[in-house]
Amino acid sequence: MNENVQTIGLPAKTGGWLHYLANPGRFLRTIRPILPWAGSASFILTVVGIVWGYQFAPADWEQGDAARIMYVHVPAAWVAMAGYAALALCSLFSIVWRHPLADIAAEEIGPVGAGFTFVCLVSGALWGKPMWGAYWVWDARLTSVLILFFLYLGHIALIRAFDNKAHGYRAAAILALAGAVNLPIIVYSVQWWNTLHQGNTISISGGAKIYVTMLYPLLICTLGFYLGFLTMVCARIAAAICERKTASLLLAAVERG
Amino acid sequence: MMNNWPFINGAYGVTVIFLIAAAGLTLARYRRAMARLKQAEEL
Repeated sequence: MNENVQTIGLPAKTGGWLHYLANPGRFLRTIRPILPWAGSASFILTVVGIVWGYQFAPADWEQGDAARIMYVHVPAAWVAMAGYAALALCSLFSIVWRHPLADIAAEEIGPVGAGFTFVCLVSGALWGKPMWGAYWVWDARLTSVLILFFLYLGHIALIRAFDNKAHGYRAAAILALAGAVNLPIIVYSVQWWNTLHQGNTISISGGAKIYVTMLYPLLICTLGFYLGFLTMVCARIAAAICERKTASLLLAAVERG
Repeated sequence: MMNNWPFINGAYGVTVIFLIAAAGLTLARYRRAMARLKQAEEL
């Protein structure tokens, strides 16, 4: 068995698939050939979606050209929330099963997710000025997304705040799990409270309320952003594994003299 | 009527700059990590 596999606290009968995924070496071998293809696909989809939304999609009958901001704002918001859900899931795996890759994944998701949340907040503010007359209002949706951004920043800081890495992973995982309660608040904030932010334009149960000429570039951009997020996180995890492997090899070389 | 295009350009600009910077930094880190691992394995 590969020396990278950590099996502490994981019954063999129930966690076979976790054992399989918990091997950093196997992850590296699997992900390396996929990364260039995933990166290229995300680049093409994102460029097509952005150019389509910026240049060719029709202006909204009510909001005019300002509605074009939706093509970057909405995908960034979805990825920011999905990223945090992934972070919480990794934290659960880390706390319950001591999954070694989950700790690395949580560490690497944080900065990328925070970046997408920042894009969501800035693009939203730039939409708010012409539409609402203000860059920012303390609306339930905006405030809950701002809290999401702070949760990301808190997680990034906490995971690096301890000399003992394992302590940082545990503390950050608890924060991530507690902060997951913010996700349904973000999603349902426009229903639970009277918000200035508009309601959901697209939902799984209710379908889409926009015409296909606007829906297609939005979905393409969303797919590009999701794939881009996934590619960046996987590349960062692969880099982190390589960095740890390099450090242990150098240490072994020093000990050998 | 208010000219919306500076706000639209700003939103797209921030997004594109973020995506290019994040992808560039990730790619640089990935390549550096791979190169260092290769060097360490040759030791």
